[in-house]
Amino acid sequence: MKSKSKVLSTPYTIWAIGFIIIPLIMVLYYAFTEKDGSFSVSYVAAISDPTNFKALMLSIVLSLISTIICLLLAYPLAMILASSGVDRSGFIVFIFILPMWMNFLLRTLAWQTLLEKTGVINSVLKYLHLGQINIINTPYAIVLGMVYNFLPFMVLPIYNILAKIDKNVLNAARDLGANEFQVFLRITFPLSIPGVISGITMVFVPALTTFVISDLLGGSKILLIGNVIEQEFKQTNNWHAGSGLSFVLMIFIVVSMLITNKYDKEGGAVL
Amino acid sequence: MKKFISVLLVAVMTAALLTGCGKDSSSNQVVVYNWGEYIDPDVITMFEEETGIKVVYEEFETNEIMYPKVEAGASQYDVLCPSDYMISKLIENDMLKEINFDNVPNFKNIGKQYVDMSKDFDPENKFSVPYCWGTVGILYNKTMVSEPIDSWSVLWDEQYENNILMQDSVRDAFMVAEKLLGYSMNSTDQKELEECRDILVNQKPLVQAYVVDQVRDKMIGDEAAIGVIYSGEAIYTQRENDNLEYVIPKEGTNVWIDSWVIPKNSKNPENAEKWIDFMCRPDIALKNFEYITYSTPNDAAKELIEEEDIKNSEIAFPDLTKYNNLETYVYLGEEADEVYNTLWKDVKSE
Repeated sequence: MKSKSKVLSTPYTIWAIGFIIIPLIMVLYYAFTEKDGSFSVSYVAAISDPTNFKALMLSIVLSLISTIICLLLAYPLAMILASSGVDRSGFIVFIFILPMWMNFLLRTLAWQTLLEKTGVINSVLKYLHLGQINIINTPYAIVLGMVYNFLPFMVLPIYNILAKIDKNVLNAARDLGANEFQVFLRITFPLSIPGVISGITMVFVPALTTFVISDLLGGSKILLIGNVIEQEFKQTNNWHAGSGLSFVLMIFIVVSMLITNKYDKEGGAVL
Repeated sequence: MKKFISVLLVAVMTAALLTGCGKDSSSNQVVVYNWGEYIDPDVITMFEEETGIKVVYEEFETNEIMYPKVEAGASQYDVLCPSDYMISKLIENDMLKEINFDNVPNFKNIGKQYVDMSKDFDPENKFSVPYCWGTVGILYNKTMVSEPIDSWSVLWDEQYENNILMQDSVRDAFMVAEKLLGYSMNSTDQKELEECRDILVNQKPLVQAYVVDQVRDKMIGDEAAIGVIYSGEAIYTQRENDNLEYVIPKEGTNVWIDSWVIPKNSKNPENAEKWIDFMCRPDIALKNFEYITYSTPNDAAKELIEEEDIKNSEIAFPDLTKYNNLETYVYLGEEADEVYNTLWKDVKSE
């Protein structure tokens, strides 16, 4: 039995070693060495450089805002989906996922065309004499891009977990005299926390590391930590600096995941 | 049985991975690494038909992206088309092969002035054959500006707030500031460069976006009033939007040349020379010029241009003696590169 599972796991092991472990080791190697190969922490310490630190803080703020907006939008939607019949919710989920079949880059480019000064939205507004919106090339556009692109990653895990909650539990609560609000607060929400947590991680992490959205919708005027790393690799051709900053970013991601996991366990314990 | 299948699967997958990596180097081919949208695709087909050499064609977006890929040597390019300062970097690091000009008879079509200009980065004209050249200037929309434009200072004019497009590349952005302040675009003086950074930071609130290729589309779409652009794009944009005008600012600008070179690790240098020779043929150079609208250094091809206004166009073929302070970028060395990059990052993160 054991040897069988070993054999079955071989493809994944090869995959993990080749495409996860080895690249990670390379990032670590570059992060902690100078160009001549000697050990150094200067590239990791470069995060305290005002430029890099500012980019990191801005990334954290923007991705936190996006995550909160995603959660606020996604939770009610997931509840509607979970409470409606199987056929109907299946259709809505399908509609919801449909845009994801199109390339992420193209969808972001489409937002650029929509938001531009002479873009689609402003042309329509102008025609209706309703004023103009000028959010392209500002942090607002970046947050919009993040929310739009990552919203499905928040909706799906919450929907999955809500759909699995046993209706009898809810009915039991009602039988015992809880009103709808109490049912939500004391039964539905606590039970859905694992879904919320995985949704938060799946939105926060890609939002924190993105460089494409800030490039396309921020007009390259707003430098996020992802853009700094991208430039170190592509423009400056300094892999050591890029890896050093990537390493710091990885620490932030791991820490944020630890916090959310801890919260998850505590939430479970209260139940 | 299951075990057998899974082992087989792993074996097949690994084999597929490995075969994907190998390149058949014995076949008759030439691996070309050129700028994006920098050739008429028909020309590639014509070359393949006439010579029987298979063309493997790859594209890059900036010189800086190209360099590490060539340095790593994994792709084994046969012929590249970098810009002036990047060619001197390649020469300095001993990465180029001398071209055997006996195999490039059409080199005679290249104007002597461009061969002389090339001496700035290829002192003995041993390594490079000019492909395109041009200037960097201001493209503006006549209907959106109040007066004729002739100076870089317009990019700091507050009435054009949120209507200015800057180049998102280190050297070009600093060139604008350096020229405005009267410095050389090849300056390595820390104080001068910090001054340039400061005025670029001041300019930032007025800038709509920092872009490279998108200047073209945004200007055509009336998205901005003023943009910094390469002369080669100007003719194309004017074809699409009559209101656009290109000007070389009075403070001077960058004159650049993109040339074909052969990297040292080329597997098929003879094929690369055939490719370069083909590109120098007047009819081919003309075909490329008409497609990409970047100025050709090929005098014989210029003679073949039928439209008089293009042939005499001040944009495509400016009389360079009329302008002051024209310069070509030179490679500044690794240290200076780092200074530029750091200061540029300061501007971008402001």
